[in-house]
Amino acid sequence: MGGPMKIRASIKDGVTEVKVLMQHEMETGLRKDDAGKLVPAWIITEVKALHKGRTILEGQFGTAVSKNPYLVFHFKGAAKGEKVTVIWVDNRGDTRSDEAEIS
Amino acid sequence: MNNLKMAALAFAILSLSVMAEEKSAEGKAADEIAKYREMIADGNPAEFDEMRGAEIWKTSAGPKQANLELCNLGKGPGVVKGVYAELPRYFPDTKRVQDLESRLLTCMSSLQGFTEKEIADKAIGNVNRKPAIEALVAYVVGQSKGMPMAVSTRHPKEKEAYEIGRRIFFYRAGPYDFSCATCHGQSNRRIRMQDLPNFTLKKETQLAYTTWPAYRVSQGLFRSFQWRINDCFRQQRFPEPQYASEATVDLTMFLAVNSNGANYDGPGLKR
Amino acid sequence: MNTDLIRRKALKTGSSLALFGVLGAIGLIRPGLAHAEWKKAAFEAKTMEEALATLGVAAAESSAAIHLSVPEIAENGAVVPVTVTGSLARMEQISILVDKNPNMLAAHFVFPEGTEGFVTTRVKMSQTATVIALVKADGKFYRVSKEVKVTAGGCGG
Repeated sequence: MGGPMKIRASIKDGVTEVKVLMQHEMETGLRKDDAGKLVPAWIITEVKALHKGRTILEGQFGTAVSKNPYLVFHFKGAAKGEKVTVIWVDNRGDTRSDEAEIS
Repeated sequence: MNNLKMAALAFAILSLSVMAEEKSAEGKAADEIAKYREMIADGNPAEFDEMRGAEIWKTSAGPKQANLELCNLGKGPGVVKGVYAELPRYFPDTKRVQDLESRLLTCMSSLQGFTEKEIADKAIGNVNRKPAIEALVAYVVGQSKGMPMAVSTRHPKEKEAYEIGRRIFFYRAGPYDFSCATCHGQSNRRIRMQDLPNFTLKKETQLAYTTWPAYRVSQGLFRSFQWRINDCFRQQRFPEPQYASEATVDLTMFLAVNSNGANYDGPGLKR
Repeated sequence: MNTDLIRRKALKTGSSLALFGVLGAIGLIRPGLAHAEWKKAAFEAKTMEEALATLGVAAAESSAAIHLSVPEIAENGAVVPVTVTGSLARMEQISILVDKNPNMLAAHFVFPEGTEGFVTTRVKMSQTATVIALVKADGKFYRVSKEVKVTAGGCGG
């Protein structure tokens, strides 16, 4: 299982801003190691954010998303104290899910 | 003659305007880079190292299977909050001035039973190996965020460390006859696109020192101040300094004291 | 099984299925909820034409209603901040592409009703290139692009 994410969610004027920082190498598959061998691609392919079981964002990543991916998005219809869940899956089938309370 | 004068004048004006244009292009690039840095300031991956360090701090390890919750970083056993803003400092138990890394070595050896050497030899990490001590550094410095730098020179040993650090800063040596001051003793100098802070000026020292240790984007790694000093020595073509050695602590002392008064703002995020 | 094989298998079976399964397993979504599969062909596209075609874009008009925020100069190509937003009604999707990368498509986002047509992320750029924001709003595609200069990293700092 991957390392924990840092998720911050705060509401202002009815709009919740979610900031997510994920721990992931995001290997492009184009880099060679010290021995000159190609390092296989290892990337988060999908991200999903949920609020009360409802999908609030779906993301798909390719090899060009930076190491330790960062994401900010805005959604409506939440209240302070409620939770936002973020889940990712990578191309090795590893996954991670974390949640944060809306402040 | 008159023509010649005119030509000289025209040439002078032309070169002045070219210079002005070059300067403004350079200034504009610097502005754009400042904007870029601002855009990436949020979401610093060093936070992951801080999280890992906080975990390591309270986890038993080493031959003595102890954690570091009794480690005294200067403000009493177990106190982490605010300690980095007062380091380096003199420690009566070891009778020497220590920076954060040096003091962590002391704790890891006295509390956990590691030898200082085994930790120091592998203290600087890479993509494949992330030493515990680096995560501990991230955790500890993060606990001084927003606090004013207040490094003491009251103790004679602290005063001495500062003075030796100052001399090391100006000491020219190595195959290129370089000192730290060769690159960091003048304003408005840069290597490629990187502005070089002038450490003879308080403001520039404060800005640089309070944003280290930092996550290095180009390396994808969190880097400690010991690494920073080590890499400066490497670029000066000096022999590699020993991790947490007296010379590195003294040089850190010189920069830390000159940053006094500024709010600590690390871990930083660097290109 | 070596990791490479696992990787290929994961890519082949489509990791979206994996995510879908995980979500179901941890009880976060109800079975049968619509879910888009990872756009393998789009992410592996080597040319802009190919990338756009695999994203189902026949034509995308440029629009002043879309705002793409990128730095003029990126000190490091490994981390280029990108923000896309717009004032178009019902923004459903935002894709971020980089024209000189080995694979054009960097990221693709889908916004359900209630989520603003806004996203900030960070992408890698192999060299100075054009970043393209492709937006689908109310069924139509729009695009806007900007050049980002990537400087060679220095030493020190």
